[in-house]
Amino acid sequence: MDWFDDWALTLAVFLPVVGMVILLAIPRADEQLQKIVALGTTLLTFAVGIVILFRFDYDNGAALQFDVNQPWIDVINSRYHMGIDGISLPLLVLSMFITVLCVIYSWNHFPEPHNPKAFLALILLLEVGMNGTFAAQDLILFFVFFEIVLLPMFFMIGVWGGPNREYASIKFFLFTLFGSALMLLSFLALFFLSDVQTFDIAELSELGGSGIIESTQTLIFAGMFLGFAIKVPMFPFHTWLPDAHTEAPTVGSVLLAAVMLKLGTYGFIRIALPTLPDGAVNWAPWIGVLAVIGIIYGAFCCLAQTDMKRLIAFSSVAHMGFIMLGIATLTDFGINAAIFGMVAHGLITGMLFFLAGSVQHNFGTREIRRLGGLLTQAPKMGWILGFTTMASLGLPGLAGFWGEFPVLLSAYQPAAALSEVTFRVYMVIAAIGTVLAAGYLLWMLQRVAMGKVSAEFADADIHDVTRIEWITWTPILVLVLVLGIFPNLLFETTNASVTQLTSVFGG
Amino acid sequence: MVATTFVLSCVTAVQWFARVDDAEGASEGLGVIGRSVVASVEEGAAVVEPVVHSVTWWQSGPMKFTVGIQIDGLAVMMLFVVTLISLLVHIYSTAYMKDDVRFTWFYAALSLFTASMVLLVVADNMLQFLVGWELVGLCSFMLIGHWWEEGANASAALKAFLTTRVGDVGLMIGIIITFYAAGTFDIVGINAYAIGPDANHTLMLVGASCLLIGIIGKSGQFPLHTWLPDAMAGPTPVSALIHAATMVVAGVYLGARLYGVFWNGFTISSGGFNAMAIVGAITIIIGAALAFVQKDIKKVLAYSTISQLGYMVMGLGVGAWVGAVFHLFTHAFFKALLFLGAGSVSHSGAHHSFDMKKDMGGLRHHMPVTFWTFIIGSAALAGILPLAGFWSKDEILATAGQGEFEVFMAVGLIGAFLTAAYMTRCVYLTFFGTYRGHGQPHESPKAITVPLVVLAVFSVVAGLANAAPLGIEKFKTYIEPTFAFPPVTTPDFDIVLAGASFFIVAIAIGVSGFFWFRREELHALRGLTERNAWAGTGYRFLINKYYLDDLYEGVIVAGIKGPIARASYWVNQHVIDAAVRGVGQVARLVASGVYTVDQTGVDGAYNTLARETGEAGGLLGRIQTGRLQWYALLLFFAVGLMSLALVIVR
Repeated sequence: MDWFDDWALTLAVFLPVVGMVILLAIPRADEQLQKIVALGTTLLTFAVGIVILFRFDYDNGAALQFDVNQPWIDVINSRYHMGIDGISLPLLVLSMFITVLCVIYSWNHFPEPHNPKAFLALILLLEVGMNGTFAAQDLILFFVFFEIVLLPMFFMIGVWGGPNREYASIKFFLFTLFGSALMLLSFLALFFLSDVQTFDIAELSELGGSGIIESTQTLIFAGMFLGFAIKVPMFPFHTWLPDAHTEAPTVGSVLLAAVMLKLGTYGFIRIALPTLPDGAVNWAPWIGVLAVIGIIYGAFCCLAQTDMKRLIAFSSVAHMGFIMLGIATLTDFGINAAIFGMVAHGLITGMLFFLAGSVQHNFGTREIRRLGGLLTQAPKMGWILGFTTMASLGLPGLAGFWGEFPVLLSAYQPAAALSEVTFRVYMVIAAIGTVLAAGYLLWMLQRVAMGKVSAEFADADIHDVTRIEWITWTPILVLVLVLGIFPNLLFETTNASVTQLTSVFGG
Repeated sequence: MVATTFVLSCVTAVQWFARVDDAEGASEGLGVIGRSVVASVEEGAAVVEPVVHSVTWWQSGPMKFTVGIQIDGLAVMMLFVVTLISLLVHIYSTAYMKDDVRFTWFYAALSLFTASMVLLVVADNMLQFLVGWELVGLCSFMLIGHWWEEGANASAALKAFLTTRVGDVGLMIGIIITFYAAGTFDIVGINAYAIGPDANHTLMLVGASCLLIGIIGKSGQFPLHTWLPDAMAGPTPVSALIHAATMVVAGVYLGARLYGVFWNGFTISSGGFNAMAIVGAITIIIGAALAFVQKDIKKVLAYSTISQLGYMVMGLGVGAWVGAVFHLFTHAFFKALLFLGAGSVSHSGAHHSFDMKKDMGGLRHHMPVTFWTFIIGSAALAGILPLAGFWSKDEILATAGQGEFEVFMAVGLIGAFLTAAYMTRCVYLTFFGTYRGHGQPHESPKAITVPLVVLAVFSVVAGLANAAPLGIEKFKTYIEPTFAFPPVTTPDFDIVLAGASFFIVAIAIGVSGFFWFRREELHALRGLTERNAWAGTGYRFLINKYYLDDLYEGVIVAGIKGPIARASYWVNQHVIDAAVRGVGQVARLVASGVYTVDQTGVDGAYNTLARETGEAGGLLGRIQTGRLQWYALLLFFAVGLMSLALVIVR
């Protein structure tokens, strides 16, 4: 299996390209074949992911595995370096997993203007970018994949989106591109200012910013912060998110929430913290404060929403706030919890967007005011909504809890260089945010699922969960439950890498 | 399934008793529970370690966290109560919930609740405790909202969940603080730290205060008690099981479990005043007072539950650990009995109404079993010798009196007076006078009456488990913690106090009974609230529940949902997003400036490219061709400049 270890990541990243090329060669009319090719490709990619899961050496989780390191752009000493450790592994597999489900969900749900060929091709291209970002170990390579993601999402929103799609897609594109530009600037600065001129993430992490004085580190960190914070998105750089989510087609929203937002938080953990530890220490209190503002502010905005999807979008702002608070503590507790939160949020919020999509599909609207009595008309969907809502508000026993409570736990005692008092205040505010989270989510549940069926839809032809939906949703729901009960499945995977990463902060 | 759980918990209990007995040399076993009284008192503190089993649950950094069980006397007691009442409620519901729209679902939720409660009870660490705690909250939410078609029920469910969630903030922070203080989530470890010499008093005070907030939320203490009366929207068996006997006492159980933290934090040993006792005392009075003005029989019982939970919390606050836990034990039986009795009345006597004034009255002839068991339950609640409530309440009051908490003892006595009085009113309105309903009241079926009788028996005898004056302290012997724990003392029997409390109860029943039975003749008192301004004001104050609901729902919740949420969103759209759009506009102006200057072949090339892409996607053609690329180019140009600058600066 040695050849597999050498090729695994390349396969994982570029198989979808192959699928895309085949897909493009299929005549436009033959939709069935297009779907099969797309599904086959994503399944195959996911299969690679499964094999990786089994072949991954968990006892040695901190080390880069499935390492590939080949010359790429020699002029700037940038290499084709791919590898994963315990931090990347869960996210890489999550990305593959969600993509498969998105293709399945799309089967009969292609939004207007239909065109499955282009739609599926874009999903595959998106997967290239997402998988690549989680596997890249070279800054330039990382940047390329990070940017590849933008394009398909831009078209997905712009072409298959809602009524205000053009505005939303351009805003999404420009906003994130703006961040990326500054991020690239920081990458370049890192390259030029480091003791060794390299783009290799592992090497740069090893150097830990040595040779760069603290004030410069802080400055360089600022660029990365903007790039990643916009992607997360953190308050106050989040305004592209509600628009993008509201307008995006269901599958687009799911991919956006489940995987793309994680690119930002992953960037913080993988690149910003280890390469610029001094900058991170200086920035951590500010990241923390923006995170808790995001938690409270996102919750308040949720309460003001009338559109289900927009509400879920704002809830992402709040949830990503928890994740960023965990990262800002710069402790093993906090970052482990943040990664758990990333996976949990990916599954749960992805699921919520699926549900919002199906509600829209059934009722033709997502206006909360017009809905009601989903539990009566489509009881199964209603209960699934209830389950997901509970998971999202962090009910223990489901996955969401492990991205929430451990974050609070970590904020009580941040890394040695950070102020305990500041972070304890953050902890209390974030804890209050959990009440607000319960508030807006249950309020939504009450208005959508409980109560009497609204007169408007009393005679409407409502389908309960269809077979396609069952196939798509069951794995997510099972995972949410399994991770909730056996959290160590994830904690054990990430712990070694995280401990190694945070050792530089003395935690 | 629940029956199995019950049997299992009984087996556990028997084993535990056997262990304790073994340790005391009373190896004859369980058949002689009443026997070895003298022996156990003499032998004193024989140490039986709690049975702890745990496995790794998750890890982070160097820490490994476990999930496990801890079986000791307290857990065994709770297991017994939870599973017994759950079993009875399951049986009761076969009749009560017959023909319900979601019969199966109801049972599923009820069983999930029992499982979660057991998870909470046997938890050996606080994290697992929290998991169980939240899960019972979830079940409570689902069961209060069982008939969610009605908006009011759904709102009540939401209110219950959110209010307890407010308390959970305190609980979570409290758990975090004790974790860092003691370095562990383990209950044994935290207690050992808290009463050990190295304990940091300030941390323990903050921790205890936070945990107290959790207790306030879950156990319906002032000022977060308002969800509990609304929770009566759920089916009656649910009220009996969750909102009287088990879930709501989880807070008290928390207090009893982590007693070391409270003991240290609130310096309970030194008497005087502390937050825990004060909260409990206030709750006793405000709960009891509200029970007087309710028309709905379940609401009377709900406020009574609040008031009785106040006794338990106050008991913990004044150092009456045994008393509080004992009251938890006895209260579970008689309050479940009363709720199930109320359900029986409503089911078979009042057309599913709970309105005492409109649909009940004179039911004693029609429903003798329900009537007599209800009388037993009321008497036990009021604290009439020798029923259950008397012994446990007396234990709390006596400890308060002997531990320099005299004020709280007095509050407890006032509470006893109120309790007896409102229960007399409740019994009168339900069972005496003339029938005011419109149906054919009849006795309930066996599935309902049998649980009532069983609970009535327990309500009579449960108190004898720790009847100190008679020299019986079996209860204390069994549940007393054997790990590092604050000193668990029981008071000396105080004949004056017991007499006084009995006398007060008798007077209360007499006065209240006189008023209600002779109401027709007492012209001076009838309509008092309409005639007398003071009485009217007081009445309205009570009817409006001290205006707390108006404060919470009208001011706080409505404030957040309305103005605050809208303002946040306004800021989002009109400040933050406007800034973003502004930047976009400026960039666009600059770009078009550049565009006018530079209308060369590059532009043409871009346009061609954009048209191609635009046709492929069907979009770009419509969105001002070429702009996007320009922004991108501009940005990258800027980046290049800046990076150059940085290099030079260096």
